[in-house]
Amino acid sequence: MSDYNFAYLDEQTKRMIRRAILKGLAIPGYQVPFASREMPMPYGWGTGGVQVSAATLTPDDTFKVIDQGADDTTNAVSIRKFFERTANVATTEETDKADVIQTRHRIPEAVLREDQILVYQVPIPEPLRFLEPRETETRKMHALEEYGLMHVKLYEDISQHGAISTSYAYPVKVEGRYVMDPSPIPKFDNPKMDMPAIQLFGAGREQRIYAVPPYTKIVSLDFEDYPFEASKADHACDLCAAKDSYLDEVILDDQGNRMFVCSDTDYCRSRRAAGHVGRLGTKNQLEASA
Amino acid sequence: MQAENTHFAGGFTAPATDAAHAFRAAMNAMARPGQFFDITGAQAPAGISIAAGTLLLTLCDPETKLFLADDVDSEALRVWVTFHTGAPIVPAAEADFALGGWDALLPLDQYRIGTSEYPDRSATLIVEQPAFGAPTAVLSGPGIKDQIQMSLPDVTALQRNTLLFPLGIDLFFTAGSQVMALPRSSQISEEA
Repeated sequence: MSDYNFAYLDEQTKRMIRRAILKGLAIPGYQVPFASREMPMPYGWGTGGVQVSAATLTPDDTFKVIDQGADDTTNAVSIRKFFERTANVATTEETDKADVIQTRHRIPEAVLREDQILVYQVPIPEPLRFLEPRETETRKMHALEEYGLMHVKLYEDISQHGAISTSYAYPVKVEGRYVMDPSPIPKFDNPKMDMPAIQLFGAGREQRIYAVPPYTKIVSLDFEDYPFEASKADHACDLCAAKDSYLDEVILDDQGNRMFVCSDTDYCRSRRAAGHVGRLGTKNQLEASA
Repeated sequence: MQAENTHFAGGFTAPATDAAHAFRAAMNAMARPGQFFDITGAQAPAGISIAAGTLLLTLCDPETKLFLADDVDSEALRVWVTFHTGAPIVPAAEADFALGGWDALLPLDQYRIGTSEYPDRSATLIVEQPAFGAPTAVLSGPGIKDQIQMSLPDVTALQRNTLLFPLGIDLFFTAGSQVMALPRSSQISEEA
């Protein structure tokens, strides 16, 4: 499609985003302000991730998009089509064939490689925002490494619920310095952030980019007596029988019947193709999980 | 038609895709300190490596201030930079990017290191080298699995930069058509 510049954005915008990404990688976990552009989709639909992907993609890349782990939801399909049209890149639903993976709120189950790049869509990049609404104050708190408030929040979880009830967007400390919002991924995914791939985070509406280089130490905040726990529904996937994957709960009828399925559709598909069958699964691998 | 040896020559052939490939190399370098990556696409005037010229075209534009150290500063380079990027040439203390050989770029404390609230408002140095020499230091930290060896021009000066973290400068090292990077986050120790 020659009517668009490669990957939609103009070159000066891409340079601005690229400079922000480089500073983000040099200061892991620090939120770099950038001049977020209007994209042909509403804020909240991944405009930050899309801008980071646009600045990162090359014509040789294969691109994958997931939304809550699924390749076939509206958000994922439309972003994939957007880059098929504007960057003419190959796309895939298979995690291990992708070079760049844009994600909304999940990390794929498959372990990512060194040559892969994971781009997160971030709604609220500031982990302290719901504790302190003023940007001037949160910026100071990051500068002074003043993160006591975050521990108070986790402590209040314990005093009210008997455990840390924060289950997604669980705050992490990056390489012992910046407290970072890992985007609203389930806390089940937090331990995976210590990975060989580059992780880039884009928040379009909030105009922030941040990054985590490969093998960076990521520690989920916790207490000695209430250690961090990567939790998931205590079931196996009803389609592929996986016990190690993050599960979505699907209501089947109004009689209280329900099923649990992998949120990572590619992981579930590849397991079923390999012959794994769950409680409600059938041998026919073509049967859709919907 | 482009004439050879004028400042019109040496730009990207296909600006959007050449810059995309070059940025991928620069990003990989910054994300993986101590590893080198091929970076090509631009040819700056004589004396400037392909890697350094390509970095300038990939990252600089009218919004970024560029410092040219004495050993690389020339009328030919200034005209080339201005034509291809529009980046204003400024003194070291104001620079977002600085280009030169190691000795000419010194002292390091003349560059912007950011502020505690905005550590990203800091300079990135592009250090031209004839070749990447034998390792003189061992790095660890973000982007490095366990540790990696790297040749650094001055271990002590760069250790001092690391101590400033999260402030500090970030460095690209260029030789021929290859680039390596040393972000401020890398812990540096002398090669035993």
